[in-house]
Amino acid sequence: MHELSLAGAIVDTVERHADGRLVEVVNLRIGRLRQVVPDSLEFYFDFVARDTVCDGARLAIEIVAGQLECASCGTCFALDGPSFRCPGCGSGEVAVIAGNEFEVESLELGETEIDEEAACIART
Amino acid sequence: MHRTHVKVLEDVLDANGTLARANRADFDRHGVTVVNLMSAPGAGKTTLLERSLRDLDGVRVGVLEGDVQTALDAERIALLDVPVTLINTDPSFGGECHLDANMVRSALPEVPLDELDLLLIENVGNLVCPAEFAVGEDFRVMVSSVTEGEDKPIKYPLMFRTCDLVIVNKIDLLPHLDFKLDRFMRNLDAVHDHVPRLLLSAKTGEGVEEWRRWLVEAATRQPQPV
Repeated sequence: MHELSLAGAIVDTVERHADGRLVEVVNLRIGRLRQVVPDSLEFYFDFVARDTVCDGARLAIEIVAGQLECASCGTCFALDGPSFRCPGCGSGEVAVIAGNEFEVESLELGETEIDEEAACIART
Repeated sequence: MHRTHVKVLEDVLDANGTLARANRADFDRHGVTVVNLMSAPGAGKTTLLERSLRDLDGVRVGVLEGDVQTALDAERIALLDVPVTLINTDPSFGGECHLDANMVRSALPEVPLDELDLLLIENVGNLVCPAEFAVGEDFRVMVSSVTEGEDKPIKYPLMFRTCDLVIVNKIDLLPHLDFKLDRFMRNLDAVHDHVPRLLLSAKTGEGVEEWRRWLVEAATRQPQPV
Protein backbone atom coordinates (compact mmCIF):
# COMPACT_ATOMS: atom_id res chain seq x y z
CA MET A 1 0.00 0.00 0.00
CA HIS A 2 3.03 2.28 -0.30
CA GLU A 3 1.48 3.21 -3.64
CA LEU A 4 -0.29 5.99 -1.72
CA SER A 5 3.05 7.53 -0.72
CA LEU A 6 4.39 6.96 -4.22
CA ALA A 7 1.36 8.63 -5.78
CA GLY A 8 1.92 11.61 -3.48
CA ALA A 9 5.58 11.72 -4.51
CA ILE A 10 4.56 11.69 -8.19
CA VAL A 11 2.25 14.67 -7.66
CA ASP A 12 5.04 16.53 -5.80
CA THR A 13 7.49 15.83 -8.62
CA VAL A 14 5.02 16.93 -11.30
CA GLU A 15 4.13 20.11 -9.44
CA ARG A 16 7.76 21.21 -9.55
CA HIS A 17 7.77 20.97 -13.33
CA ALA A 18 4.24 21.91 -14.40
CA ASP A 19 4.58 25.60 -13.66
CA GLY A 20 1.01 25.86 -12.48
CA ARG A 21 -0.40 24.46 -15.74
CA LEU A 22 -2.89 21.60 -15.70
CA VAL A 23 -1.36 18.26 -16.58
CA GLU A 24 -3.18 15.85 -18.88
CA VAL A 25 -0.77 12.95 -18.96
CA VAL A 26 2.08 11.94 -16.68
CA ASN A 27 4.50 9.61 -18.45
CA LEU A 28 6.05 7.30 -15.89
CA ARG A 29 8.75 4.66 -16.21
CA ILE A 30 8.61 1.92 -13.60
CA GLY A 31 11.15 -0.87 -13.45
CA ARG A 32 10.00 -4.42 -12.94
CA LEU A 33 12.23 -4.73 -9.91
CA ARG A 34 10.25 -2.08 -8.06
CA GLN A 35 7.34 -3.64 -6.30
CA VAL A 36 4.81 -1.18 -7.57
CA VAL A 37 1.31 -2.28 -8.51
CA PRO A 38 0.19 -0.05 -11.41
CA ASP A 39 -3.56 -0.42 -10.73
CA SER A 40 -3.08 0.53 -7.12
CA LEU A 41 -0.85 3.44 -8.08
CA GLU A 42 -3.49 4.76 -10.50
CA PHE A 43 -6.20 4.44 -7.88
CA TYR A 44 -4.29 6.47 -5.30
CA PHE A 45 -3.03 8.92 -7.89
CA ASP A 46 -6.60 9.90 -8.83
CA PHE A 47 -7.23 10.48 -5.15
CA VAL A 48 -4.15 12.55 -4.26
CA ALA A 49 -4.24 14.47 -7.56
CA ARG A 50 -7.49 16.22 -6.68
CA ASP A 51 -7.18 19.98 -6.58
CA THR A 52 -3.60 19.91 -7.80
CA VAL A 53 -2.17 20.45 -11.30
CA CYS A 54 -2.62 16.69 -11.72
CA ASP A 55 -6.39 16.77 -11.17
CA GLY A 56 -7.91 14.51 -13.84
CA ALA A 57 -4.53 13.61 -15.30
CA ARG A 58 -3.84 10.14 -16.60
CA LEU A 59 -0.82 8.06 -15.69
CA ALA A 60 0.83 6.52 -18.74
CA ILE A 61 3.02 3.80 -17.30
CA GLU A 62 5.87 2.21 -19.18
CA ILE A 63 7.12 -0.94 -17.47
CA VAL A 64 10.88 -1.38 -17.87
CA ALA A 65 12.07 -4.99 -17.97
CA GLY A 66 14.80 -6.18 -15.62
CA GLN A 67 18.22 -6.32 -17.26
CA LEU A 68 21.28 -7.60 -15.43
CA GLU A 69 25.00 -7.74 -16.15
CA CYS A 70 27.27 -10.38 -14.65
CA ALA A 71 30.29 -8.89 -12.88
CA SER A 72 32.29 -12.08 -13.42
CA CYS A 73 31.84 -12.91 -17.10
CA GLY A 74 30.14 -9.80 -18.46
CA THR A 75 27.05 -11.59 -19.77
CA CYS A 76 24.03 -9.33 -20.08
CA PHE A 77 20.75 -11.08 -19.48
CA ALA A 78 17.09 -10.41 -18.91
CA LEU A 79 15.73 -11.11 -15.45
CA ASP A 80 13.48 -14.06 -16.03
CA GLY A 81 12.06 -15.78 -12.98
CA PRO A 82 13.09 -15.36 -9.39
CA SER A 83 16.84 -15.96 -9.68
CA PHE A 84 19.37 -13.17 -10.17
CA ARG A 85 22.14 -15.63 -11.06
CA CYS A 86 24.06 -15.34 -14.31
CA PRO A 87 22.85 -18.00 -16.77
CA GLY A 88 26.33 -18.00 -18.35
CA CYS A 89 28.64 -18.74 -15.41
CA GLY A 90 26.28 -19.10 -12.43
CA SER A 91 27.76 -16.17 -10.52
CA GLY A 92 25.50 -14.20 -8.21
CA GLU A 93 27.62 -11.05 -8.53
CA VAL A 94 25.36 -9.15 -10.88
CA ALA A 95 24.59 -5.51 -11.45
CA VAL A 96 21.13 -4.25 -12.30
CA ILE A 97 21.35 -2.30 -15.55
CA ALA A 98 17.63 -1.73 -15.96
CA GLY A 99 14.52 -2.47 -13.94
CA ASN A 100 15.08 -0.20 -10.94
CA GLU A 101 13.58 2.88 -12.59
CA PHE A 102 10.82 4.83 -10.99
CA GLU A 103 10.81 8.18 -12.69
CA VAL A 104 8.56 10.80 -14.14
CA GLU A 105 9.79 10.78 -17.71
CA SER A 106 7.72 13.66 -19.05
CA LEU A 107 4.42 15.51 -18.87
CA GLU A 108 1.78 16.42 -21.41
CA LEU A 109 0.36 19.78 -20.47
CA GLY A 110 -2.89 21.33 -21.64
CA GLU A 111 -3.25 25.06 -22.05
CA THR A 112 -5.38 25.65 -19.00
CA GLU A 113 -3.74 27.19 -16.00
CA ILE A 114 -4.98 25.92 -12.70
CA ASP A 115 -7.14 28.33 -10.73
CA GLU A 116 -4.71 28.67 -7.80
CA GLU A 117 -7.18 30.46 -5.59
CA ALA A 118 -9.87 27.80 -5.98
CA ALA A 119 -7.30 25.04 -5.51
CA CYS A 120 -6.07 26.73 -2.35
CA ILE A 121 -9.58 26.90 -0.93
CA ALA A 122 -10.23 23.28 -1.86
CA ARG A 123 -7.06 22.22 -0.11
CA THR A 124 -7.92 23.91 3.18
CA MET B 1 -6.06 20.61 -28.86
CA HIS B 2 -2.46 21.69 -28.51
CA ARG B 3 -0.42 19.93 -25.89
CA THR B 4 2.95 20.87 -24.50
CA HIS B 5 5.45 18.11 -23.83
CA VAL B 6 7.75 18.70 -20.86
CA LYS B 7 10.75 16.45 -20.26
CA VAL B 8 11.21 15.71 -16.56
CA LEU B 9 13.39 12.60 -16.11
CA GLU B 10 13.29 12.81 -12.34
CA ASP B 11 13.29 9.96 -9.88
CA VAL B 12 10.00 10.02 -8.01
CA LEU B 13 11.74 9.33 -4.72
CA ASP B 14 14.37 12.08 -5.17
CA ALA B 15 12.81 14.11 -2.38
CA ASN B 16 12.97 11.17 0.00
CA GLY B 17 16.58 10.56 -1.01
CA THR B 18 17.51 14.17 -0.29
CA LEU B 19 15.96 14.00 3.18
CA ALA B 20 17.63 10.64 3.83
CA ARG B 21 21.00 12.20 3.00
CA ALA B 22 20.25 15.07 5.38
CA ASN B 23 19.42 12.57 8.14
CA ARG B 24 22.60 10.68 7.37
CA ALA B 25 24.65 13.85 7.61
CA ASP B 26 23.15 14.56 11.04
CA PHE B 27 23.88 11.03 12.21
CA ASP B 28 27.47 11.23 10.92
CA ARG B 29 28.03 14.59 12.59
CA HIS B 30 27.07 13.02 15.93
CA GLY B 31 29.08 9.88 15.23
CA VAL B 32 25.99 7.69 15.38
CA THR B 33 25.78 4.48 13.35
CA VAL B 34 22.24 3.82 12.20
CA VAL B 35 20.70 0.43 11.49
CA ASN B 36 17.36 0.17 9.71
CA LEU B 37 15.75 -3.03 10.99
CA MET B 38 13.06 -4.45 8.71
CA SER B 39 10.91 -7.57 8.57
CA ALA B 40 7.42 -8.91 8.07
CA PRO B 41 5.04 -8.35 11.00
CA GLY B 42 5.71 -10.82 13.78
CA ALA B 43 9.19 -11.88 12.68
CA GLY B 44 10.53 -10.97 16.11
CA LYS B 45 12.26 -7.59 15.71
CA THR B 46 11.18 -6.26 19.10
CA THR B 47 11.97 -9.50 20.92
CA LEU B 48 15.38 -9.50 19.28
CA LEU B 49 16.03 -5.95 20.47
CA GLU B 50 14.90 -6.89 23.97
CA ARG B 51 17.42 -9.72 23.91
CA SER B 52 20.33 -7.82 22.49
CA LEU B 53 20.57 -4.24 23.68
CA ARG B 54 21.57 -4.60 27.34
CA ASP B 55 25.25 -4.11 28.22
CA LEU B 56 26.39 -3.76 24.65
CA ASP B 57 30.10 -3.56 25.42
CA GLY B 58 30.00 0.14 26.27
CA VAL B 59 28.11 1.07 23.07
CA ARG B 60 25.45 3.66 23.85
CA VAL B 61 22.37 2.55 21.99
CA GLY B 62 18.99 4.13 21.27
CA VAL B 63 15.90 2.94 19.43
CA LEU B 64 13.49 4.65 17.07
CA GLU B 65 10.27 2.65 16.94
CA GLY B 66 8.04 2.83 13.91
CA ASP B 67 4.57 1.41 14.25
CA VAL B 68 1.26 2.06 12.59
CA GLN B 69 -0.50 2.26 15.94
CA THR B 70 0.14 1.81 19.67
CA ALA B 71 3.18 2.35 21.86
CA LEU B 72 3.35 -1.34 22.79
CA ASP B 73 6.77 -2.03 21.25
CA ALA B 74 8.22 1.26 22.48
CA GLU B 75 7.07 0.41 26.01
CA ARG B 76 8.82 -2.96 25.81
CA ILE B 77 12.06 -1.29 24.70
CA ALA B 78 11.80 1.42 27.36
CA LEU B 79 11.99 -1.30 30.02
CA LEU B 80 15.58 -1.90 28.89
CA ASP B 81 16.53 1.61 29.99
CA VAL B 82 17.57 2.67 26.51
CA PRO B 83 16.27 5.91 25.04
CA VAL B 84 13.37 5.12 22.75
CA THR B 85 11.43 7.43 20.45
CA LEU B 86 8.13 6.40 18.94
CA ILE B 87 6.86 7.27 15.48
CA ASN B 88 3.25 6.28 14.93
CA THR B 89 2.53 6.42 11.22
CA ASP B 90 -1.21 6.39 11.82
CA PRO B 91 -2.05 10.13 11.47
CA SER B 92 -1.83 9.92 7.69
CA PHE B 93 -4.57 8.26 5.68
CA GLY B 94 -4.99 4.70 6.92
CA GLY B 95 -1.54 4.58 8.53
CA GLU B 96 1.64 4.37 6.52
CA CYS B 97 3.07 0.93 6.03
CA HIS B 98 6.69 2.07 6.25
CA LEU B 99 8.91 4.78 7.67
CA ASP B 100 10.25 7.35 5.25
CA ALA B 101 13.06 9.87 5.58
CA ASN B 102 10.69 12.68 6.47
CA MET B 103 9.04 10.80 9.34
CA VAL B 104 12.46 10.00 10.76
CA ARG B 105 13.56 13.59 10.26
CA SER B 106 10.52 14.88 12.20
CA ALA B 107 11.37 12.54 15.08
CA LEU B 108 15.05 13.51 15.27
CA PRO B 109 14.60 16.41 17.72
CA GLU B 110 13.37 13.80 20.22
CA VAL B 111 16.37 11.51 19.71
CA PRO B 112 19.36 12.25 21.99
CA LEU B 113 21.96 11.83 19.24
CA ASP B 114 24.71 13.36 21.42
CA GLU B 115 24.34 10.50 23.87
CA LEU B 116 24.36 7.68 21.32
CA ASP B 117 26.83 5.60 19.34
CA LEU B 118 24.21 3.39 17.73
CA LEU B 119 20.60 3.99 16.73
CA LEU B 120 18.37 1.11 15.75
CA ILE B 121 15.36 2.08 13.71
CA GLU B 122 12.69 -0.58 13.99
CA ASN B 123 10.70 -0.14 10.81
CA VAL B 124 7.02 -0.95 10.36
CA GLY B 125 6.54 -4.69 9.84
CA ASN B 126 6.21 -5.14 6.07
CA LEU B 127 8.25 -6.95 3.41
CA VAL B 128 7.53 -4.60 0.54
CA CYS B 129 7.28 -0.92 1.31
CA PRO B 130 10.15 -0.18 3.73
CA ALA B 131 12.65 -1.39 1.14
CA GLU B 132 11.69 1.52 -1.13
CA PHE B 133 12.35 4.27 1.40
CA ALA B 134 15.86 5.10 2.62
CA VAL B 135 15.78 6.88 5.97
CA GLY B 136 19.48 7.78 6.28
CA GLU B 137 20.74 4.47 7.61
CA ASP B 138 24.27 3.05 7.40
CA PHE B 139 23.07 -0.55 7.38
CA ARG B 140 19.91 -2.37 6.45
CA VAL B 141 19.24 -5.50 8.42
CA MET B 142 16.27 -7.71 7.87
CA VAL B 143 14.82 -10.35 10.11
CA SER B 144 13.22 -13.34 8.45
CA SER B 145 11.72 -15.94 10.73
CA VAL B 146 11.54 -19.61 9.84
CA THR B 147 7.76 -19.62 10.32
CA GLU B 148 7.46 -17.43 7.20
CA GLY B 149 8.60 -20.20 4.86
CA GLU B 150 11.57 -20.73 2.54
CA ASP B 151 10.21 -18.82 -0.42
CA LYS B 152 10.28 -15.29 0.98
CA PRO B 153 13.60 -14.18 -0.63
CA ILE B 154 12.33 -14.96 -4.12
CA LYS B 155 8.88 -13.51 -3.41
CA TYR B 156 10.25 -10.25 -2.01
CA PRO B 157 13.56 -9.83 -3.86
CA LEU B 158 13.72 -6.06 -3.41
CA MET B 159 13.78 -6.37 0.37
CA PHE B 160 16.29 -9.22 0.40
CA ARG B 161 18.55 -7.58 -2.17
CA THR B 162 18.66 -4.28 -0.39
CA CYS B 163 19.89 -5.51 3.01
CA ASP B 164 23.42 -5.83 4.37
CA LEU B 165 22.62 -8.63 6.80
CA VAL B 166 19.86 -11.23 7.01
CA ILE B 167 18.91 -12.58 10.41
CA VAL B 168 17.11 -15.91 10.36
CA ASN B 169 15.07 -15.93 13.56
CA LYS B 170 13.09 -18.52 15.53
CA ILE B 171 15.49 -21.37 14.74
CA ASP B 172 14.33 -23.02 17.99
CA LEU B 173 11.15 -23.89 16.05
CA LEU B 174 12.96 -25.74 13.24
CA PRO B 175 12.27 -29.23 14.68
CA HIS B 176 8.54 -28.48 14.56
CA LEU B 177 8.34 -27.06 11.04
CA ASP B 178 8.67 -28.24 7.47
CA PHE B 179 11.00 -25.29 6.85
CA LYS B 180 14.07 -26.44 4.91
CA LEU B 181 16.96 -24.21 5.89
CA ASP B 182 19.11 -25.20 2.91
CA ARG B 183 16.28 -24.32 0.53
CA PHE B 184 15.87 -20.92 2.19
CA MET B 185 19.63 -20.30 1.82
CA ARG B 186 19.50 -21.29 -1.84
CA ASN B 187 16.64 -18.87 -2.42
CA LEU B 188 18.51 -16.16 -0.55
CA ASP B 189 21.65 -16.75 -2.64
CA ALA B 190 19.56 -16.66 -5.81
CA VAL B 191 18.53 -13.06 -5.14
CA HIS B 192 21.46 -11.81 -3.02
CA ASP B 193 24.49 -14.04 -3.29
CA HIS B 194 26.84 -14.07 -0.28
CA VAL B 195 24.80 -11.62 1.79
CA PRO B 196 25.97 -12.12 5.41
CA ARG B 197 23.48 -14.07 7.51
CA LEU B 198 23.05 -14.99 11.14
CA LEU B 199 20.92 -17.81 12.48
CA LEU B 200 19.47 -17.22 15.91
CA SER B 201 16.57 -17.53 18.26
CA ALA B 202 15.62 -14.30 20.01
CA LYS B 203 13.51 -16.42 22.36
CA THR B 204 16.16 -18.86 23.60
CA GLY B 205 19.11 -16.55 23.00
CA GLU B 206 20.92 -19.03 20.74
CA GLY B 207 23.08 -17.14 18.27
CA VAL B 208 22.21 -13.73 19.75
CA GLU B 209 25.78 -13.13 20.95
CA GLU B 210 27.00 -13.08 17.37
CA TRP B 211 24.38 -10.45 16.47
CA ARG B 212 25.46 -8.39 19.47
CA ARG B 213 29.06 -8.57 18.23
CA TRP B 214 27.87 -7.45 14.80
CA LEU B 215 26.16 -4.43 16.41
CA VAL B 216 29.24 -3.50 18.44
CA GLU B 217 31.40 -3.74 15.35
CA ALA B 218 28.90 -1.70 13.31
CA ALA B 219 28.84 0.98 16.01
CA THR B 220 32.62 1.36 16.00
CA ARG B 221 33.04 1.32 12.24
CA GLN B 222 34.00 4.54 10.48
CA PRO B 223 31.15 6.01 8.47
CA GLN B 224 31.26 5.03 4.82
CA PRO B 225 30.46 7.58 2.16
CA VAL B 226 26.83 7.34 0.99
